[in-house]
Amino acid sequence: MVKFGMIEVKNISKDFDGLRAVDDITFTVTAGEILGFLGPNGAGKSTTMKMITGFLVSDTGSITVCGHDLATDVLAAQKLIGYLPEGAPCYEDMTPRKFLNFIAEVRGFHNQEKRQRVDAVVKEMALQSVENQHIETLSKGFKRRVGLAQAILHDPEVLILDEPTDGLDPNQKHHVREMIRGLSKDKIVIISTHILEEVTAVCTRVMIIDEGRIVTDCTPQELEAESKYHHAVTVELDVSPALEAKFLAIPGVDSVVTDDPGKRITIFPRDGQSIIKSVSDLIHAEDLSIGGLHVERGRLDEVFRSITTRGL
Amino acid sequence: MAMMRVIFKRELLSYFSTPLAYVFIVIFLMLSGVFTFYLGNFYERDQADLMPFFNFHPWLYLFLVPAISMRLWSEERKSGSIELLMTLPITKLDAVLGKFLAAWVFLGIALGLTFPMWITVNYLGDPDNGVIVTSYCGSWLMAGAFLAIGSCMSALCKSQVIAFILGVVICFMFILSGFPMVLNMFRGWAPMAAVDLIASLSFLTHFASVSKGVLGLRDILYFVSFICVWLAATTIIINLKQAD
Repeated sequence: MVKFGMIEVKNISKDFDGLRAVDDITFTVTAGEILGFLGPNGAGKSTTMKMITGFLVSDTGSITVCGHDLATDVLAAQKLIGYLPEGAPCYEDMTPRKFLNFIAEVRGFHNQEKRQRVDAVVKEMALQSVENQHIETLSKGFKRRVGLAQAILHDPEVLILDEPTDGLDPNQKHHVREMIRGLSKDKIVIISTHILEEVTAVCTRVMIIDEGRIVTDCTPQELEAESKYHHAVTVELDVSPALEAKFLAIPGVDSVVTDDPGKRITIFPRDGQSIIKSVSDLIHAEDLSIGGLHVERGRLDEVFRSITTRGL
Repeated sequence: MAMMRVIFKRELLSYFSTPLAYVFIVIFLMLSGVFTFYLGNFYERDQADLMPFFNFHPWLYLFLVPAISMRLWSEERKSGSIELLMTLPITKLDAVLGKFLAAWVFLGIALGLTFPMWITVNYLGDPDNGVIVTSYCGSWLMAGAFLAIGSCMSALCKSQVIAFILGVVICFMFILSGFPMVLNMFRGWAPMAAVDLIASLSFLTHFASVSKGVLGLRDILYFVSFICVWLAATTIIINLKQAD
């Protein structure tokens, strides 16, 4: 059965000198999904990506990209993939324009079409000002954008980006996220990152990888819901012990924490239930003057820590 | 094959986008001049030919060709661009051939730039130009053989320095194996066929006839098959350890 618009990874493992980098990973990604790999350094994110792109061969299992088995037909799969390797390596003695021309030729574009494609990605990645400088003289952010430009040049079905926003400034980060989100809905995108906000900003699905295994596979919203901060309410006001006790007495409240020396209180609900109504009722009833009030969505860094350090 | 051409073009242009090409060509021309006029006694011989020029080519190539070939793969590994190259839809063979041909053509350009030597000898006397053309072709073929060894060593090592040293040592062994001194060491105990085999593997044995203007089918076959074997080895090595 031929499956288009799908990456199937089955039971892949990879050892390096007896160390297990990837340990029996299985998952499927379908077109339209933007999958984010999260995990501590050395968790196996990059190794998994290198195997999907055919740079590394897995020790066990199989990988199929849009119906092409990597073991038998790696070139056909690589034609469909745009890949930004970790650190965005490229030929530093070339200029971005010449380098992208080279990539365009490898991707089978010539003459008019080659020029159009290269012009388009140069514009998309805002490389006009440096397109005729040697890449080795460029800043880290520009190098990363050259790497991204080469990955998207042939409008690939599958886009695999290893830390795409590393080294970019906040504006460029925003731009790259917009670009990823703006890709048409029939593409497969896999990105790896250790910037947690990036996951909620772009991904439709998150996979946390730790010690070579998938430990969580869900949507960013579900991940936030795992946080004890999920639906917690933070109120800015002068906190007294008596007040703390009143908040704690609200039905459904699990605990309260006061920080910013007595200026802010965070009220945690039991089992993630919504307590904002009861909290605001209490504020009205007591006629308290408050500086601010907001409901937490969930803190990913806290979930991330709790998931990836379970063994510690 | 289309991909081989793309790789070839990129590689050849990259030589000229850095000082490497110019430094190499200047040194190549200077050394070949020094060898010809001082060590080769070009004038004192009083003969209108380029024998002293071509006779030193194996020694010139021994150091200069590994200097060109050492970067072929080691540099890609070092900078990480090998990950990019190997995840583009290009076969390993296309990449190996494209890189090799670019370096070979580059050496051809350097060799071609020794043409003032040819003009000089024509100005001074009346040489056999057929012999000179044959010798140029033979010299270029031999450069290809040196280069193929270097390409294989470069695929093997991440460090360019180690690739260079290994390249020089192996090339040196293939030059030496034609020396009477080395062959005599084997004559005492090894069967005649083995001694002949060792001698026939030598660059010198084949190049000796080439520099006299005789480029026989045997010599062409020797150099071409020599190149093929070492490039095949390079392809196998790249296949086995592309990610190391």
